[in-house]
Amino acid sequence: MSERELKKKTAPQRRDAEIDETPANTAQGDKIKAELDDLLDEIDDVLETNAEDFVKAYIQKGGE
Amino acid sequence: MAVAKILGIETEYGIIHRGAAESNPISASSALVNAYVTEVALQPGQGAPHRIGWDFEDETPGNDARGDSLLLSYAPEVETHLVNAVLTNGSRFYVDHAHPELSTPECADALGALLYDRAGEEILLRAMAGARRLLPEGEEIVVYKNNSDGKGQSYGCHENYLLARSLPFGRIVTHATTHFVTRQIFTGAGKVGAEAPGVRIDDVPFQITQRADFFEEEVGLETTLKRPIINTRDEPHADAQKYRRLHVIVGDANISETATFLKLVTTAMWLAAVEDGAVEREWRFARPVAAMRQVSRDLTLSQPLELANGRTATALEIQWDLLATCRRWAERFGLDAVGEQAGRLGLDLWEEVLGGLERDPETLADRLDWVAKLRVLEGYRDRHQLGWEDARLRAMDLQYHDLRPERSLARRLGLRTYVEPDDVRRAITEPPPDTRAWFRGRCLQRFSDQVVAANWDSMVFDTGAASLQRVPMMEPTRGTRDQVGHLVDHATSAADLIAKLSR
Repeated sequence: MSERELKKKTAPQRRDAEIDETPANTAQGDKIKAELDDLLDEIDDVLETNAEDFVKAYIQKGGE
Repeated sequence: MAVAKILGIETEYGIIHRGAAESNPISASSALVNAYVTEVALQPGQGAPHRIGWDFEDETPGNDARGDSLLLSYAPEVETHLVNAVLTNGSRFYVDHAHPELSTPECADALGALLYDRAGEEILLRAMAGARRLLPEGEEIVVYKNNSDGKGQSYGCHENYLLARSLPFGRIVTHATTHFVTRQIFTGAGKVGAEAPGVRIDDVPFQITQRADFFEEEVGLETTLKRPIINTRDEPHADAQKYRRLHVIVGDANISETATFLKLVTTAMWLAAVEDGAVEREWRFARPVAAMRQVSRDLTLSQPLELANGRTATALEIQWDLLATCRRWAERFGLDAVGEQAGRLGLDLWEEVLGGLERDPETLADRLDWVAKLRVLEGYRDRHQLGWEDARLRAMDLQYHDLRPERSLARRLGLRTYVEPDDVRRAITEPPPDTRAWFRGRCLQRFSDQVVAANWDSMVFDTGAASLQRVPMMEPTRGTRDQVGHLVDHATSAADLIAKLSR
């Protein structure tokens, strides 16, 4: 049995759930998109003022 | 049946000291832990001061699960001189190498561990606020819940799972590797660029995980050099005849609660299924280390991974099989080992997320860190026509993980949450009721002035008697509120408690 066949065989049980979810996901998607646009509008206020210096100065020692 | 999958997370935070002429990450980390201990001690109703020492007697991180192979590798050091605090919620807040680290208490299920991971973030926030009050004007210590500085230095977010000692280590290696390589598609926190030698930003502008670049071995004892996919540290912090603790070092630190929860619950279920012998199929990779990186760098989630049997499969295909196996395991053995509620939610969410990844990952922008991060980076790139080498994108990558609400990008992306703010607030000072962490935390709340030292598997009391009294806690499922709540709450002193416990 190929890997592809195996996947098809295990897949069916999830199909119904997917179809049920779609409308909610689209609404959720629109909401996220609107929020992203808002965030992009304000992002420069949130970002560190000098991105280049900030990134350069972010130096860590290895851990664990 | 599989032993209860008691679990926890240890997070090392990235740290910077802003505004300081000279900064030293070890002193900055110590200042944070000390600030927290002091601040909490000063607030009424938050428990007594708990500047309790860590008891290193049973720490043996050099023990190797494969037996005596210490000559081949370096045993990790335990830095006994650095700042250590045991908190009333049962967690350990300390300085590890050059980072502040918070280890959650032992939790009975993945929802509990998620709650205490979130509480850990709040503890770090309070520590930062405390440090700000103690530092000179204009200085600030800031932490980042990420795993890399983007310049080749990595620090970890480790998970721990309780396993039966009887489970042969070779089987753990085989099956855990399968999950660790493929679960990256939902556990990844996302990263701009790659840090493996010789890889340019044009080759890998963005990848799914922070950590995949840093793994060089399949199996080993190290965590700082030549990091292995399977870490063999054999230090159960429990009855070693009965238990193992699988110390997992491949994960990213997640901001998304979905990702944290899924990382924990899928791994707990998978390990329980392996322990119960419910896994029939072996997925072995031809080259596991290469597969880790391949999965992390394949944003299309469609590249076939080479298997040892000469065939191929994608990470998604393998994950669907693991999910199906765990469903069968759950039907046959029940969900007791991982908790009924966490297990049910975990199976449903696992399926929902794999479906989303298969259809269109962007539909998971409110659930997975790497998707949420990539989406905002792409949005910003489009708007300003930036190349991937632009420093602003790397700054955004770092700021995604900034814990401060006013600077955090992740907090602005509408990520779904599963735990209630009130529960998080409570978990900052209250221990989980359903593991031995309850005993540790409650004893610290009630008798902190008589606790000399604490550890995962013991507590040492000074009751005023001639010698110190050590209470062993070798069974992680014992010492719960149900079991000893009445005893601890009604004891008049540590001496009284010990007398009652030994009756």
